[in-house]
Amino acid sequence: MSEVKAAAMDSVWDGGVSPYGVNSKKFGMWLFIISDALTFSALLVTYTYLRLATPNWPLPFHFSPSIVFSTVMTAFLLTSSLTMVMAVHSMARGDRKKTVLWLLATMFCGATFCGLHLTEWRHLMVEEKVTPLSNPWGEPLFGATFFGITGLHMTHVAIGVIYLGIIAFAVSRGKFKHEDVEVSGLYWHFVDLVWMFVFPLVYLMSVKG
Amino acid sequence: MSETSATHVAHHAPTSFIRKYIFSTDHKVIGIQYWFLALFSVFLGMGLSLLMRFHMVFPDAKVSWFATLWPKGAEGGIMTPELYLSLMTMHGTIMVFFVLTTAPQAGFGNSFLPLQIGAEDMAFPVLNMMSFWTTFLALAVLVMAFFVEGGAPLGGWTAYPPLSALGAVAGPGMGAGMNCWIVSIALFCGASLMGAINFIATLVDLRCKGMSMMRLPLTCWSWFVTAILSLLGFAVLLSAGILLLLDRVAGTSFFLPAGLVVNDQIQNHKGGSPLLWQHLFWFFGHPEVYIAILPGMGVTSQILSVFARKPIFGYKAMVYAVCGIGFLGFLVWGHHMFMSGMNPYTAMAFSILTMTIGVPSAIKTFNWIGTLWGAKIRFTTCMLFALGFVSLFISGGLSGIFLGQPALDLYFHDTYFVVAHFHLIMGVAAIFGMFAGTFYWFPKMFGKMMNETIGKIHFYLTFIGVYCIFTPMHQLGMAGNPRRYADFKEFEFMGQLLPVHTFITWAAILTATAQVLFVINLIWSWWKGAKASDNPWEATTLEWTVSSPPPFDNFAGKHPVVYRGPYEYAQPGAPKDYTMQTDPT
Repeated sequence: MSEVKAAAMDSVWDGGVSPYGVNSKKFGMWLFIISDALTFSALLVTYTYLRLATPNWPLPFHFSPSIVFSTVMTAFLLTSSLTMVMAVHSMARGDRKKTVLWLLATMFCGATFCGLHLTEWRHLMVEEKVTPLSNPWGEPLFGATFFGITGLHMTHVAIGVIYLGIIAFAVSRGKFKHEDVEVSGLYWHFVDLVWMFVFPLVYLMSVKG
Repeated sequence: MSETSATHVAHHAPTSFIRKYIFSTDHKVIGIQYWFLALFSVFLGMGLSLLMRFHMVFPDAKVSWFATLWPKGAEGGIMTPELYLSLMTMHGTIMVFFVLTTAPQAGFGNSFLPLQIGAEDMAFPVLNMMSFWTTFLALAVLVMAFFVEGGAPLGGWTAYPPLSALGAVAGPGMGAGMNCWIVSIALFCGASLMGAINFIATLVDLRCKGMSMMRLPLTCWSWFVTAILSLLGFAVLLSAGILLLLDRVAGTSFFLPAGLVVNDQIQNHKGGSPLLWQHLFWFFGHPEVYIAILPGMGVTSQILSVFARKPIFGYKAMVYAVCGIGFLGFLVWGHHMFMSGMNPYTAMAFSILTMTIGVPSAIKTFNWIGTLWGAKIRFTTCMLFALGFVSLFISGGLSGIFLGQPALDLYFHDTYFVVAHFHLIMGVAAIFGMFAGTFYWFPKMFGKMMNETIGKIHFYLTFIGVYCIFTPMHQLGMAGNPRRYADFKEFEFMGQLLPVHTFITWAAILTATAQVLFVINLIWSWWKGAKASDNPWEATTLEWTVSSPPPFDNFAGKHPVVYRGPYEYAQPGAPKDYTMQTDPT
């Protein structure tokens, strides 16, 4: 509510100029991120609630290969945030060529993340016999929450890759401004941030202690 | 992100019919589209409620066209309990989502938020158009539930699992019909999120010069806080809806515990919790009731000030109260779940927080009364409806204090007392807000004045009618009459309550008939009404500085500048009894 408070101060500002130096597009993306954060929160609360309510929640993951593999995935996703920062930085300096390259690097990391993730899913489904409906360890909700949460996150990453693709294409054609790249960066970092909640909750806390 | 930012909106009005009236990006057209969508929905929802009231009082009546409409649900013309429940579900869903959420916020908000803040359009006009058509699609999918195999769902607007998560085994309508319901609500969530982003961005970014937050009309403050509630609430409902759909179509068990036997069939689910749905649903559901009522409060504040010819009493207090209600609204969802099995300490915490909402609500109520104190009131139809809003808000709000206490709620839960409470405060009060808004802004929306005589007769009939319908329901609830029962003749203790139900049903039929006057008034005024001047009510806010209806870009290429607050009536030393916000002197 601090926004509201700041806005409530009786200042008279010039019309047509945004009062916080944020244009509507960027502000709109922030609002979307707030709302999407609530959507993810609801899923994570669901997961926590069900897990706490279940006496024998399975802890099936081992350090190797599950955690090692998912750490590699995490590394790719975190790297993509770095390359995204570089893309925004290049665009700020007006270097469109470098921007496109950094965006492509970001897309590569994101796509790799999705690819590794799908490999992991396939491994779980085919070799470990874990599906959204059943698993060898008993509680069927383990699979349902795992695939539900990681599925929604992967969808976000995939949409992000397409989104960055559109931005990269437009930037290479000389269209779009610095702000458009920055706004796409906001989305990308948000998707990363969500993973920073998913990774400990769904992976690290599923290792037998 | 392909939305055009408002600064890039073309200043040329579209000329083709489709771009102008169907797929328009003009906020005024979209507002009217939402308004018509809500008007259609409210009559559909009201029709369903009349059928329910009829069935309660005449459960054995044979009506041949029931059988025509519902060959399975009303075989031989006698309504089955399942059909009754499906009518109830659809009545609630249509009214809550497509009337109470749609008209006050998306309808009037779209039409007048940009005008009142001096903007040319919403921040994202294309997103705005998508938001309306997604809402339209959601309504179409919901109404489709009547026509699919098994008919409309039976789960009520809250769609509580386990029955809502199981599929056709839980009853007719719980198969394809329930799927339609969830898809419709998910679409509606999407549309509301788009709308909310648009409203917040518009209000923060596009105010004209001089329009500081503390010079905003209270309508804008209400729309702003409502948009924040939508942004946060619908995001959670979307998650809950996806999980419910997964339970139904993918066979997961998020909301389904082990060992369920439904209709003599063992259910193959394990591990989930129906309570979880209630938490997720009411985290959205309670803010939702404020989404329905806050815009009505805004309209009421506006109209009371204009027609009392006095500044609103305690403008700042009104602003803080609306923010406070919005904030507290997210902390009280548990009071819907006192009976669901809740730790008494938790219930106490939710109860105390619930009572706390009484404080900002009382601030608003007393400020409305303070605005009226000593005023020379102009009793126009919209003023009457605004006064009716205050009355209904008090009547409906007081019963909320009963229901917010766990000890009393144990008794009142799921009785007609609850029905009376939420219909008065969330249903009828909000609808009075919409009537008030319609009579107040009709001249600006359509350029014609509405007929005051028909309007006043309509008001008095409706006002008396709704009190006749809902006041006796409190007594029914105290006598222990449960809600959601299709008929009462099987239960001896309810037999003596039947005359009350009969009275309510007749009152409902008469009140519904009175609404024909409203429709006549709309059509007549639109067709033959007196032409509206720019500022027929002598109000001060920006929408009254432009022609009725306003030009395509709202201010005809000019940028209005605001010099003062929105409620400068009867200022000492001023030449007129009202000073426009744009008046520099």
